[in-house]
Amino acid sequence: MKLIALAAATLLAAPALADEIWVTNEKDDTISVIDIDTLEVVRTIPTGERPRGITFSKDHSVVYICASDSDAVQVMDPETGEILHDLPSGEDPEQFVLHPDNRRLYIANEDDAITTVVDTETRKVIAQIDVGIEPEGMAVSPDGTIAITTSETTNMAHWIDTESEQLFANTLVDSRPRHAEFVKEGSELWVSSEIGGTITVFDVATQAEKGKIRFEIQGVHPDRVQPVGFELTDDEKTAFVALGPSNHLAVINADTFEVEDYILVGRRVWHMEFNADKSLLFTTNGVSGDVTVVDVAKRKAIKTIKVGRFPWGAALRPTN
Amino acid sequence: MFRLFQMLFLALALPQVVSAAIEVPVVYLKQDVPRPPVLSNLDPIPDDLGSAGADLGLADNMTTGKFLGHTYTLETIVVPEGGDWIASAKQALALSPYVILDAPSDLLLGVADLPEAKDALLFNATSPDVALRNESCRANLLHTLPSNRMRTDALVQFFVKRRWTTLALISGAHPQDQAFAESLKQSVTKFGLELKAEKEWVFNADMRRNAAQEVPLFTQDLGEYDALLLADELDDFGRYIAYNTWIARPVAGSDGLRPVAWSDVVEQWGAVQMQNRFHELTGRDMRSEDYAAWAAFRSLGEAVTRTQSDDPATLRDYILSDAFELAGFKGRPMNYRGWNGQLRQPIPLVTGRAVVATAPLEGFLHQVSELDTLGIDQPESKCTAFDED
Repeated sequence: MKLIALAAATLLAAPALADEIWVTNEKDDTISVIDIDTLEVVRTIPTGERPRGITFSKDHSVVYICASDSDAVQVMDPETGEILHDLPSGEDPEQFVLHPDNRRLYIANEDDAITTVVDTETRKVIAQIDVGIEPEGMAVSPDGTIAITTSETTNMAHWIDTESEQLFANTLVDSRPRHAEFVKEGSELWVSSEIGGTITVFDVATQAEKGKIRFEIQGVHPDRVQPVGFELTDDEKTAFVALGPSNHLAVINADTFEVEDYILVGRRVWHMEFNADKSLLFTTNGVSGDVTVVDVAKRKAIKTIKVGRFPWGAALRPTN
Repeated sequence: MFRLFQMLFLALALPQVVSAAIEVPVVYLKQDVPRPPVLSNLDPIPDDLGSAGADLGLADNMTTGKFLGHTYTLETIVVPEGGDWIASAKQALALSPYVILDAPSDLLLGVADLPEAKDALLFNATSPDVALRNESCRANLLHTLPSNRMRTDALVQFFVKRRWTTLALISGAHPQDQAFAESLKQSVTKFGLELKAEKEWVFNADMRRNAAQEVPLFTQDLGEYDALLLADELDDFGRYIAYNTWIARPVAGSDGLRPVAWSDVVEQWGAVQMQNRFHELTGRDMRSEDYAAWAAFRSLGEAVTRTQSDDPATLRDYILSDAFELAGFKGRPMNYRGWNGQLRQPIPLVTGRAVVATAPLEGFLHQVSELDTLGIDQPESKCTAFDED
C-alpha cells in the first residue's frame, strides 16, 4: 500500500512540474496540494491531528507542519508525503516561523502560553519563553535579530531577542491578535487584531505604534470584519488582508494604510499565500472548506477550489 | 517620555515592566441558597459554579499583568445559608471596590445600595432577573450574565428563522420558572409569533406513574404547535419531555434547544482554548455562571490594562465607553450597554451535543448593535440610574 503511494507520488513528481500551494485542513488531518497551473487539487496527504501552521525549509527539501492535537511539529518529505520525524514542539503548536538561519523554528504553543524555540537539525528545544495567553501570530525580522509572538487573550506582541532568546519588549495591540509580519525590510511590524478589527503598525526600532489600519465594508456589520492573515506584494506597496467572517479580502495601500479595495472570497477567510511571481493569491476559507484564487493585478477572485474541511494554513512549494 | 522609560528599562535589562506597579484586589461574594429537590440527580450543581470562572479570570489577568507590572488577587467569600449577607458584603467592600456577586437579585440590590458600595464596581454574574437591568438597575452594578430576556429573544429569533410560528409552553411552579416563562411570552410577542397553549407542571402525590409515562397524556391537550417551550430553570422535569410529547415536536427553552451564555459544546472562535484552560483548572466543563464570572474579572483586567489605572471611577468609565471591547470567544467583540450596565453578548443555542445556532441570527438588524436585538432595548428601558453618565 505504502509502496503504491510512493510509486504514485514519484510518478506525479517526475515531469517538469508546476509549482504547488500546500493547504492544511484543520478538521480533516490532511494537506491538499494545489497545482498552480491547473488550479486543481492533485494530492491529498495525511498528517497528524489538527494541522494548522505550515512552512517549507528554505531549500524546500522538507515541510514543517504544526499538528496541534498531536502536540508535534511534523517534518515531511514533500516528494513522498512521508513523515520523516517529529520535532519536540511543546503542547498544542498552532503557528510557527522559520528563522532566516534555516535552523531555528519559533513555535507558538497555544494552550501553554509559551513560545518554544527548536533547533531543526539537532531536534532539540533551545528555549521556552513565557508569553501571553494563547500565543498564535509568529514572525521573525529579515535580519533574524527579532522574533515576535502575539498572544490572543493577552492582546500583546511579545518581542524576542533571538540572541538571548528572551523578551525585550511587550506592546499592547487591539483584541485578539492573530498574525504578525515584518514589512518594509524589517522596519515595520504589522499585527492584525481579529476582534479589535484593526492592524497595528509598529516602528521596529522603537517598538512604538506608528499607525492603525481600519476596515469598513458596506453592508457588513463592523463586528464581522475580523482581520486575520495578511501578505504583501513584492514591492511592499500593497497588502492583502483576510477579514474572516466578513468573507472579504481588503487591499491596502501599505504606505498610506488606506483600504483601496475589497474582494469577495469564501467564508471565514483565514490565511493566504502567493504563487512564485505573486500574480496569484490563494486564500484559505475555513467555513466553506475551499481556497479562493485571486488575480492580484485585477484584484478579482477567479476560481474556487474545494479542499478539505476547515483549511487553515497555506504555503508555496516552487518546483523549478 | 514613555519611550524614554522603555529604553531605560531595556538598558537595565528589565524588559517587562513599562508602567507603574498596580495591584487590583477582587472579591467573589457568594450567598449559599437552598435548592428545592428535583426529579433526577444526574447532573449535580458544582460547588464552585461561578467562582471557578473567577479563578480562571484571575489566571488570565495575571498572565497579561505580568508583562505590565499589574497584579490581581481574588478573595472568595461564601455566606452560608442563614449567614449575615450584609455584614459579609461590608467585609468584601472593605477589601476591595471590585466585587463579583453570586446571589439572588434582592440580595444584590442590598449590596449595591450600601453606602460602602457607592463608589464600588459590582458585577452580577449569576442572576438573570430582568428587573435588575430595568426598573431596579443600579449605576454601580454591571451584569455579565445575560438576562432572561436576552436568552428568550435569542431562542425566539431562531423560531422566526425556522418559521416555527406557533408554540406551546409548559412551565414549572418555582419563581425562576415563572420568570423565565414570562420572559418567553414577552419574546414570543416581540417577534410576532403565537403562543397557542400553556400548561403548568404541577405533578404531586397524585402522579401514579413516572414522569416520562405521564408526558404523552399531559401534552395531548396542547393541540397543534411547531415547538414546545419549557420553563424549568431548576432542571426538574424538563429532561423527561423530549420524545414523550403527544405529537412529534422539538422542545426548547430550559431543556432541548437551550439559549445559554456558555456551554461545553461551544468550540468556535477560539473557544476550545478557553474550555481547555478551564478544564485544566477545575477538572469540569465550563457553564454559563462560570463564564459570566470570568467575563466580569476579564472586563476589569481589560480596563486596567488599557487605562493603566486601578481607580474604580476610571475603570467604570472605560468599561462603559465605546473604546472597551472584550474578546469573549463568541465571535464578536463584546461591550456594555452604557444605559443599563449589561454586557452585550451573542447567545449560543445549544443541545447537549452541539451549538445549533448563535443569536443574533442573520437578518435581525439594529441601528446600534445587532446584539441589541437581544433583551430589553434602550427605547423601552426603564433603567435611569445610568442617565447622568
